[in-house]
Amino acid sequence: MAKVLVVTSGKGGVGKTTTTAALGAALAQMGEKVVVVDFDVGLRNLDLIMGAERRVVFDLINVVQGVAKLSQALIRDKRLENLWLLPASQTRDKDALTDEGVKGIIDDLRTRFDWVLCDSPAGIERGATLAMRYADEAVIVTNPEVSSVRDSDRIIGMLDSKTVKAERGERVEKHVLITRYDPARAARGEMLSIDDILEILATPLLGIIPESQDVLRASNVGSPVTLNNAACAPARAYADAARRLMGETVAMMVPVERKGLMDRLLGRRAA
Amino acid sequence: MDAIAKAARQPIRMRGRSYVAFTFCPVVPIAGWLEEIDVTLGRSPGFFVGKPVVLDLSAVDLSQSAIAHLVTSLEQRNIRVLGIEGVDEARLTTNMPPLLTGGRNCMLAANEPKKVEAKPKPASLLLDSPVRSGQSIFCEGDVTVLGSVGSGAEIVAGGSIHVYGALRGRAMAGFSGNASARIFCQKIEAELLAIDGYYQTAEEIDPALRNRPAQAWLEGDIMKITPLN
Repeated sequence: MAKVLVVTSGKGGVGKTTTTAALGAALAQMGEKVVVVDFDVGLRNLDLIMGAERRVVFDLINVVQGVAKLSQALIRDKRLENLWLLPASQTRDKDALTDEGVKGIIDDLRTRFDWVLCDSPAGIERGATLAMRYADEAVIVTNPEVSSVRDSDRIIGMLDSKTVKAERGERVEKHVLITRYDPARAARGEMLSIDDILEILATPLLGIIPESQDVLRASNVGSPVTLNNAACAPARAYADAARRLMGETVAMMVPVERKGLMDRLLGRRAA
Repeated sequence: MDAIAKAARQPIRMRGRSYVAFTFCPVVPIAGWLEEIDVTLGRSPGFFVGKPVVLDLSAVDLSQSAIAHLVTSLEQRNIRVLGIEGVDEARLTTNMPPLLTGGRNCMLAANEPKKVEAKPKPASLLLDSPVRSGQSIFCEGDVTVLGSVGSGAEIVAGGSIHVYGALRGRAMAGFSGNASARIFCQKIEAELLAIDGYYQTAEEIDPALRNRPAQAWLEGDIMKITPLN
């Protein structure tokens, strides 16, 4: 049975698109058939992160409006044959999304894939509510700072009220993913601690992704960070998170500051 | 038209019936007597509304204008005079209540003003999951939350508010005029606390209380917040 998972946060710029691409690629590498869907109509980024921006012909809005078929809009990833992308429109905006249109697409995608990852836009308006509406599970991406945590709390409240599952009396399974975690700043007490975040959000932790230059490098070359450099710290953390999504129990690794000898001598920050 | 005129003429029936009326016996000075009436009305407002009242003027000697003034004064207090007795008929004009004779004393059925029935206690609300930011909980009774209340959330209750967790949002208790309502929480980090309209914002809450179990209640019109243990 296919799982529809929404990657959402409330706050903008915390790493939803990065996470959607990274988790999608990690799940596909494990053999699952995955489609990542960009719901950020008008400000689409998922196609850039996936490296497919030059192959977009039809998009989500075209399918919603019936102008194109779903198979015409789906773009296959060049590196992983069971990873697909459904891009958003750049010329329209979120008002072009309709409830019935989205329902039809999600139902169709459920029949073709094992995982449907929905990259939600920031905010709590139509784009975000439609992205979460048909979800079975949710990953709430949170930065370890106060405004992100409060917005995540708001989004968790909406997952429990504005989704079809919540309206039916069932629960959307929720996970918190902490991104851009900087161990040095956490040690100095400048960032919210993991325990504080979990105490405020009261939701199970899926993973902790460290702050890293590798994320920017990967998006610049148009590749999910788990594909670009599977050995880097964020990629390994995303891979662990994907395994937890699949039901495996993986020990949680809290990123620590690791400086090589040269870094220490020269006083450089860990990458 | 003729047909109507020739309609069967029905005899008008008249019967005698007796009724029980409250009888007021004014005494001089009238102003002082009216003050006593006001005190009675203060205790049970509207007690005489709709009740037949008769004025017994046998204890006073009032002129026609004084009687008219007295009737008007009583009407201003929503006491309608049904009739007047104990006075010479010549002193009453046609505008005044008619002269009554032959009144007899009798027992008045004790007619207490209807007791205000105790309002049924409004239902209370139990939430077994945390209240998330942006959510607004409204209940006419008590509210109990098994979990935390997130920053930016609000709870509005007619009764007390009990939070078995951290209170980070706004809590407004006793909104329907219940000044005895209280707010309890295991960790006070609230943005705003209000009881029956009297409120304190986070800035005014003593920093020594933060992150400890606390309760808030009203003493007069001052909100007191004290630790719970």
